[in-house]
Amino acid sequence: MIRTALRVVRPARPEAGADPVPAAARPVLAFEGVGFAYDGRAVMRDVSFRVAPGEIVALLGPSGCGKTTILNMIAGFLAPTEGVALLDGRAIAGPGPDRGVVFQAAALFDWMTVAENIAFSLRCAGRPRRERRRVAEEMAVLVGLAGREDAYPYELSGGMRQRVGLARVLAARPRVMLMDEPFSALDVQTREALQEEVLRIRDRTGCTIVFVTHSIDEAVFLGDRIFLLEDIRAGRFERFAVDLPGPRDAPENRLAPGFLSLRETIYRRMRHHG
Amino acid sequence: MSAATLEAPGAALAPPKAESRRAQGRLPLRRLVTRAAALGLGLLAWHLAASQKLDLGLVTFRNVPTPADVARAAWALAHSPKLGAHVGASLARVLGGFMAALVAGIGLGLAIGRSRLAGDLLLPPLEVLRPIPAVAWIPLAILIFPSSEASMVFITFTGALFPILLNTVHEAEAASPRLVASARSLGAGRAAILREVVIPAALPSIVTGAAIGMGTAWFCLVTAEMISGQYGIGYFTWESYTLQNYDDIVVGMLLIGLLGMGSSVAVRAAGRLAMPWTRAGGRS
Repeated sequence: MIRTALRVVRPARPEAGADPVPAAARPVLAFEGVGFAYDGRAVMRDVSFRVAPGEIVALLGPSGCGKTTILNMIAGFLAPTEGVALLDGRAIAGPGPDRGVVFQAAALFDWMTVAENIAFSLRCAGRPRRERRRVAEEMAVLVGLAGREDAYPYELSGGMRQRVGLARVLAARPRVMLMDEPFSALDVQTREALQEEVLRIRDRTGCTIVFVTHSIDEAVFLGDRIFLLEDIRAGRFERFAVDLPGPRDAPENRLAPGFLSLRETIYRRMRHHG
Repeated sequence: MSAATLEAPGAALAPPKAESRRAQGRLPLRRLVTRAAALGLGLLAWHLAASQKLDLGLVTFRNVPTPADVARAAWALAHSPKLGAHVGASLARVLGGFMAALVAGIGLGLAIGRSRLAGDLLLPPLEVLRPIPAVAWIPLAILIFPSSEASMVFITFTGALFPILLNTVHEAEAASPRLVASARSLGAGRAAILREVVIPAALPSIVTGAAIGMGTAWFCLVTAEMISGQYGIGYFTWESYTLQNYDDIVVGMLLIGLLGMGSSVAVRAAGRLAMPWTRAGGRS
């Protein structure tokens, strides 16, 4: 009975994690019947969802479940072979700074200082030097790196490098920030500090975030909604709404009853489908 | 890197690295003494063999100058106007050939590494030419180039080209897909990716190739000068043989060694200046 997987496109009834009805707010991001075939083999079929402005959506699942494929489509690295992926109502065509990606190992440019890394998108857009410096300094403050603008990446710890990765994406003022298992290579303390930082950044910038993770804890702590990808080939995934007391970045939330029960629910669901 | 990060997260990587660097930079006194003594022993053996005109049948030291003879000859050369002319001629040729190889090697290497069409067009002919030693080019080079000066620069170029080219190709091909994806998602076009990502990422390897290329450039130049030169340190060495100034042969050899070593060091120093992000042993 637990195996009754819910169809994505037409949920039988509105459930907790259903897309927020776009009454006034148009979705920032929408997938409409998106499918993807590689070498004639369907990797993904009939995926639909909508993401509201300022929302944090976690794509959760084991490796190979297709979560990175969804992220790569939003980023524009992959194009749907079926259906359409929309950003602000327009079909996504190729990568762009309005959808910057934070990668797992930060993927910093080692030959640029922290400030030059952060302002890279502005440099590509041909913005003048003074503006780049000003934005780099603002973003460094936002991610807690003030004073390290002129350091080179090799001088930074893993956590600080990932903060640069965040700032580099945020400096472009993206519509959606995409994160591909951004903290999985960090130690627990650093990872938790950065998760809290991401929630604070969302509160301050109102940035919409879609992130990929295989950690249930991370998905529950960070996400407003969680998409548990069960069988993306059949377009099946289950959505969960996270209901935790604010402020969301409070570390106590990791022990809140709502956190623990949702964690358990998702864990059981994943085990049954594993 | 990720494995190390798992074990020693955060800043814990820095201290051991700094320590091993210090250990490499400064040897304990006793080992320095041992090394100096080894050099001294070598000199002594040379002196004994040359001054006693040691004849072992298979090799003979009858015509070999002693260290003191060589030092006297070096002193004389240092005060002669010939030195500047010879060294100047060689340096000009090496610099000419090396700079041309640098431009061609990096240019062709980036094209081959980043474009499949360029690779298909350029790689097969270059692969055919690559195993031919630069020295084997000398007769043809003399026929092709009307001036012997140009033919020597060409030989030097041939020697320096391949180490630079191959190192550039390899790193340009290996440019991290994740870094390129990062750059694209931040708004970088093809030209910006090449300029801001691929070239800087390949630079450490290009510098290594250039330092090796500088070594081969000297090797090829000296050979070319012995055959077709007028002036130049290789010519000087060979001329000393034909004029039976045996002391000067060894002076010439030592000078070639010094110049070759000095210019490789200069290339590496220039590389470090151009790459502040790898200073202090940063990740490369």
